[in-house]
This record gives sequence, structure tokens and C-alpha cells, in this order.
Amino acid sequence: MNLENLLNNYGEAVAMILFGIGFTNLLLQKNLIKKIIGLNIMDTATYLFLALKGYIDGRKAPVVTDGVQSVEAYINPIPSGLVLTGIVVSVSVTALMLALTIRLYRRYHTLDLDEISTLLKKEGK
Amino acid sequence: MDFVQNFPFFSILLSLFSGPLSSVLNAKWAKRVNAAVITVIGCMSAAVLVYVTGTGQEYVYMMGHFPAPWGNEIRVGILEALMALFFCVIMLLSMIGGSRERELELEESKQNLYYIMVNLLLCSLLALVYTNDLFTAYVFVEINTISACGLIMIKQNGRTMEASVRYMIMSLLGSGLLLLGICFLYDLTGHLLMSNIKEQVQLLALSGNYHIPLIVSLGLMSVGLAIKSALYPFHTWLPDAYGYSTLSSAAILSSLVSKGYIFLLIKIFYRVIGFEIVRESKVIHVLFVFGIIGMIMGSVSAIREDNIRRMIAFSSVAQIGYIYMGFGLGTAEGVIASIYHVISHSASKSLLFVAASGLTDASGESLRYRDLTGAGYRNGLAGVAFTVGSLSMVGMPIFSGFISKLLFAQAAIGHTYKMLLTLIALAISTVLNAVYFMRTVIRIYTPVPEGFLIENAQTVTVRQQPSKSAALVCFILLNLFLGLNSEPIIGLIQRGLEMFD
Amino acid sequence: MSRKVPQEEYEKTVSYRLKRWLEGTKDPFLNTVEMRPQKEFEEDEQTVRAREKDRKRNAEKVYDLERNAEIRIFRKVYRVFSVLFCVFLVMMLLTAVSWLPAVGEADRPVNNEVSKRYIENGLQETGAVNIVTGMILDYRAFDTLGESHVLFVATCTVLILLRLDGKKDPERFDANDRLHEPKNDVILQTVAKILVPPIFIFGIYIILAGHLGPGGGFSGGAVIGAGLILYLNAFGFAKTERFFTAKTYRRTSFCALACYSLCKSYSFFTGANHIESVIPLGKPGAILSSGLILILNICVGIVVAGTMYTFYVMFRKGEY
Repeated sequence: MNLENLLNNYGEAVAMILFGIGFTNLLLQKNLIKKIIGLNIMDTATYLFLALKGYIDGRKAPVVTDGVQSVEAYINPIPSGLVLTGIVVSVSVTALMLALTIRLYRRYHTLDLDEISTLLKKEGK
Repeated sequence: MDFVQNFPFFSILLSLFSGPLSSVLNAKWAKRVNAAVITVIGCMSAAVLVYVTGTGQEYVYMMGHFPAPWGNEIRVGILEALMALFFCVIMLLSMIGGSRERELELEESKQNLYYIMVNLLLCSLLALVYTNDLFTAYVFVEINTISACGLIMIKQNGRTMEASVRYMIMSLLGSGLLLLGICFLYDLTGHLLMSNIKEQVQLLALSGNYHIPLIVSLGLMSVGLAIKSALYPFHTWLPDAYGYSTLSSAAILSSLVSKGYIFLLIKIFYRVIGFEIVRESKVIHVLFVFGIIGMIMGSVSAIREDNIRRMIAFSSVAQIGYIYMGFGLGTAEGVIASIYHVISHSASKSLLFVAASGLTDASGESLRYRDLTGAGYRNGLAGVAFTVGSLSMVGMPIFSGFISKLLFAQAAIGHTYKMLLTLIALAISTVLNAVYFMRTVIRIYTPVPEGFLIENAQTVTVRQQPSKSAALVCFILLNLFLGLNSEPIIGLIQRGLEMFD
Repeated sequence: MSRKVPQEEYEKTVSYRLKRWLEGTKDPFLNTVEMRPQKEFEEDEQTVRAREKDRKRNAEKVYDLERNAEIRIFRKVYRVFSVLFCVFLVMMLLTAVSWLPAVGEADRPVNNEVSKRYIENGLQETGAVNIVTGMILDYRAFDTLGESHVLFVATCTVLILLRLDGKKDPERFDANDRLHEPKNDVILQTVAKILVPPIFIFGIYIILAGHLGPGGGFSGGAVIGAGLILYLNAFGFAKTERFFTAKTYRRTSFCALACYSLCKSYSFFTGANHIESVIPLGKPGAILSSGLILILNICVGIVVAGTMYTFYVMFRKGEY
């Protein structure tokens, strides 16, 4: 591990730790709502990581002001566009997961996925 | 520029447009539009295949006014056109075969939503096949995931909803890893287009810079896509999702959705990273090991299964293991065998699902193994079709499965240390396949003993299920075609793979 | 020449046992227990009840997660392995990050000729002052086309799950219409009356100025959707259904997506066939400029606003 560079890239390191937290939650939590929260932490960590890719010290957001069009004036616009796309995807996926959770809760009155599986086995269908 | 070259773009846009169009139509018209769209796209893909084979040159198609590193692109070669054509054929046959089940099992007012899902699924598959841009691939992977989830849960009973939650969780873990891998790769190379990334990666490999992040990024993308395509330890959602969803969903999911991700993985290996670097990394060993475990464990689970649909679903786990084992060999022959297996498995697995539903129709809708006794006599065509599919899965000559197993064995021979393991795994897995498939075939051709009554069992004739019978006949012919006429297809795959470099 | 084997001898052979296994009628007590013809099976009501109770207790015991050792051990092992896997994942990612190019520097591989052209020529080539808008709606428009369909397909899945279609869902225990109608909250209604028009105007401004400054279809659409939701909360479904129903949503989103697909098809087709596009880019900075970007932003805005509102209505009531 290149520790010096890791300290320098502390933002990215934080993003990775957040990614790990979100991943663990999505994988491990029994409660569906907590799983969805984990999913959102994971996605947000990825966007933080992406946003840091485009950042350059001391430069402005990529909206042309006063007709200045030199590369030295603005940060990299590509990661911003990618983050925008990613956010839309994560909104859609979150809505879908929440809708599924609502349906399962209405039928089984629990948010615990393992308990739902048990109830399904008892139903025997 | 020839007009045929526009066809891949037309087929993506046509299927994309037909999604919103179906939302304002009623179920009957949505069904017609869906069938027409798949047929038209199939014809266009066939034309593209003929064109590309004729010229022998791949071409890129700019999506917009800006050339390579700035705009989006799609890329068309032999392999892409072949896959697109094949996906259309399987999808059309699965939709025809399951049309009766859809009308019975889905709510009337929600049927047009089903066709939206199918149209957008087709669109995302085509885009995954044709795209030359990694981020576009990510966006369409998400469309693929969401619409596949819609296909599973539209039956709306407890089982399918639980299965779709599990499917979504696994898929989202996979997409997260895939997106992170793409971000790493973007950071290292500064490009999102596959050809440009490859140039940069070759330079990085020569200079030795950023070796660790490169390998980590490759690992993240491969593991992400492996999770999404249900490689062995990540398969828990699969039996319920395939076993309880409506028939055409099960056929489409098992034969197309996971195959789209696998094809994307092949593209990443060949067109993004470069196969030399992939071979030297440790990632393919991981895929190899999990592939082999999956081949055996999938079959073992299938033997223990009492429900015929779930049994076929577990067999999918084993077959996906075969495909990843082929990648794991790390040779061009292995990848060719895997691609052929993608095709042959899709053809026989969707055949098996449709045939199994024909058999259960003749046994009072019961999925239980015992109730299928003598079903092959009650529904003759479905029995024959199930036998064909089983023989193909087991690897009997003249059916398609035989060719892929032969190719796997040939690819393994001469490999220094993976040869023995591969051959042993192939042998064990074939025996296990034979055990559960032949057991079922014998069961459906056992005459019903005296005094042993199956509830609601009735004879089903071809005339009662015209669409399913037509689909079954086409599937049987497709399997025989793939088994007897494999040379040209293997040739096409080989040429297509050479174009990838 | 074949020879008839007596039944008893035959029943000891392997082939007979294989046959039994194939038929699924294997009897473990065969040849080990003396068998007698069974008496007619009869039981009184009490035994039936006791048996039912036993069966129920059995089922509860098997699926009782607290006392079932197998499941408990499996869960512990699963948990340990998952934690190990996640720690491994984080360590691997941190190692990879520690070798990545430094954040904030200008000479990273990311800042190459691609972003250079977007910044230096973006204004002339797309007509958009906001470089990000120019990038996502013109240079890399195929991604964004897919992205708006992600929203559409997600709405359709939510509709599948939560739309009631006129009939009362038996699973619903809170299908009480009073919940959906406002309780004539004066504070809420007054605030909504003041706030909703500026919110709409602000949303429309963000959409229309997407190519001139920060903003665009996605953010503007979300703002308008929020305004609609606020209006709904204050005045109830009866008022909103006068101008926004499921049919409206279906038609507007179809029109917007179709318009989007058509515009982009035109620009993709002309681009790939090297035909000069006839759409004028206009004067950068003017509201009617930057070619198709303004139209695309409006389409995206309509889709996003409809989607936000539909999500809310589906989660709350299930029909509109």
C-alpha cells in the first residue's frame, strides 16, 4: 500500500470505506429498509468517488463565464455528467425496491427477508 | 456508407421506442407490436450478419456528429450480429410459447406493462451487444436489470415477489461493483470508449504503471458481472425466479438475461482490457474455480429437487458454470466453446421450460415430479421436445449440447495444469446431468399404473395449444440445426472473435 | 436365452432397486421389515386433531428460527464470511486507491484531449453555455437516452406492483379513503397557495435555462414534481385528478419520450451518415439556442416530473 498517496487521496479513501459500509449493509441487513439505505450509501459513495475524479484544485464549475474557454479555467465536465446519469439510475432502483418492500410488507407484515422466506415455506406454495 | 449499416441503430431505437408506445396501447395491440418489433429486428440483424460476413470487416457507427473519443459509438462485427439475431429468435419463440400462460396468469390491465418490459429488455440486450462504450453499457445493464425484475414479479404472488427482491439485491451488488470498476478504469485511462481504453491499457501494461488498480478494476468488473449472471455462490435468487414466474419470463430470463451480461464480460475481456492481460491476471483462475464448483453443485441441487421447473432452473446454474469454466481456461478455444455454449444452452433451456409447461398442462398444472408419470403420452409433442432438450443438455450427439461439450474438452486438452481438472469436472457433470434429466424422461414415458390416479390429468392435443406447439417444433428444429450444422456457426464465432482484437 | 428370475430373487438385485428409484416409489422398509396386509385405516376425531396439532408444532419447530440449530449455525457462518468478504473488499479497494493518480492535480490521465475539446469547443459545437449539458445531451446523448428510459421502466415496475386498477386490494389494510383526502389544513393550504406557483415557475426556469447555466431537465423536472406533490398534499386527490390522471401521465410521457427518440434518431442518423444537420445552433447565451438541447431538456423535464408525481401517488394511494 502506498500510504503517502492514500493520505493524499483521502477523499477517495473515504468513498471506498463508505462503499464497503453500503455493500455490507445491502448484503447483511435482514431488514429490507436498511438494505435499501445500504444501497443508497453504496451508490452515493460511488458518486463521491466519481466527482473527485473530475475535481481540479482552484478551478470553476464547467459553465462558460465571460467567454473564457481555456482548459485551465474549468474542472473536467465528464464525471459530472456521469454522476447525473448515476443518480437517475439509483432513484429508479430505489423506487422499485421500496415498492417491492411495500407489497411484501402488506402481505406478510414483516420487513425481515428471512422471515418472509419462512412464511412462504409454511404457505407451501 | 451502405444503408444496411444503419440497421443496428434502427433496431436499438425501434425496440426503445416500442416500450413507451406499448404503454398507450391495450394488451392486444401491445402484443402485436411486440411480435412485429422482434420479427423486424430479427430480419434486420440477419441482414447485418450477411453484410458483415460478406465484407469481412467490422465497422463503427457514430451515435451523433462527433468521432471516436468524444461521442458515443456502436460497433458491429460478425459476433455482435450473430448474437443479436440469435437473441431475437429465442425471444420470439419464448413469447409465442408462453402466450397462453400470460393470458391466464397476468391481470388483464397489466398485460401491456409486460410488453413494455419485454421491449425494453430486448433494447437493452441489443445495446449491450452492440455498444462500444463502457458507460453506455452500464446504463443499459441497469435497464436490463429493472426490466428483468419486472418480468419476474409481474405474476405477483408471494414467491415471485420474494424472488425478485433477492434478484434485485444480488443485481444491485453486481451493478455497484461494475460501476466502481468502470470508474477505476476511467480514472486510469481517461476514456470511456472501449477501443480508446484498450490503447491506453496496452500503454499502461507496457510501462508497468498503475498495475494494481488495473487488476482491481478488472476484478471488480468480472465479479460484478459474474454476480449478475448467477455464477454459483450467487445463484440463490435463481430457482425461485425461474421456477415460479410466468412461462415466457422464465424462458427469456434463463436464456437471454444472464447471457447479455456474459457477452458484455467477453467484450470487456477482449475489447477493453485485452485478453493477454486478462490471462496473466489471477481473475480468470477465480472464475475457473467457481465455474467448476458451479458445474457440480448446480447439478447436485437439481438432483435433489422435486419440482420440475426448479430442477431445470438449477440446471441453469450448472450450465453457467460451464461458461465461466470456458473463460477460466484462458485460451481462445475456451472462449469459443463458451460462446457456443451460450447459444446452445439458450436454445435448449428455453425449449425445456416450454416443454415442461406442456407436460404440466397435461398433469393438472402440478409441477411435482411424481405427477408427471406418463405425461409424455398425454402430451406427445411436449414429451418429444422435453426428450430432445434433455438429450441436448446431457450432450448426446446430433443435438447442440454435444458440440459444446466437445469444444470444451478440446479446449482443455493441451492446457498445462487445468486439463485434468476440466475433463474430470466435465465427466462428473455430464453424469449428474444424465441422472436427473434421464430420470425425468423415463418418468414421463412410464405408463400410469393401474389404480394410480393423477388429479385433473387430461390429454392435451396439439390443436389445443397451437402457439405452444408451434414454438416447440421451432425449438426442436433449432436444436437439431445447431447440433448438425455446427461448423459454420463455430466458424462465424471464430471470425467474430478475431475481429474483437 | 432368457431365464425367468423368481420375484423374490429379483427384488434383491441392483436393477430392481434402480427401477424403484426411477419410479420414485422406493420403500426403505422393503426386505427389512416383515410386511402384513394393512388393516383398513380408521381414526377418531380426537386423533385427527392431535395429529394436526403435532404437524403444526412440527412445522413450527422446523421453521422456528430461534431453536433450529442448522439455520442458526448457517446464519452465523454466513455472517462471519460476509463480514470477512466486506473487510477484504474494503482493503482491496483502499490498496487500489492508494496507487491511483492524486486528486486535484491537473495532470491526471482523466484530463486529456476528450475534456479539452468539450471545454474549448463545446460552446461552438453544441451551442450550450453549460458544458455538462452540452456533453450529456449532445456529445454523449446515447447514454442520456437510455437514462430517461431507465426512469420510464422503473415507473412501469412500480405501476405493476402498486396500481390497484379499480378493485380493492385484499392485502390493503389501510384502504381508508379519509387518509387520502385533505383535512382542510388551513396552514398547509395557505402556504401551498403561496409556494406552488413560484415552485412551478422556478422548475420551468431551470428546465428552460438548462443550456445556459446550472440546471436542466432532470433537476427542473424534480422541482416541478415536488410542486405537484405539495399541491396534492394540500388540496387532495379530487383537485389534482382534474388535470393529472394516469391517462395524462401515460400520454405525456409517451409524447415526451417519442419526441426525444425522434430528435436523437435524427441527429444520430445524420451524424453517422455524415449529413449536415439542418438544425441551427443559434446564438450562444440566447434562450432559443443550442439546437435540439432545449427540446430535449423539455422532454426530459416532462418525463421526470411525471415520474416523481407517479411514484408518490403510487406509494400513497395506488390509483389516480
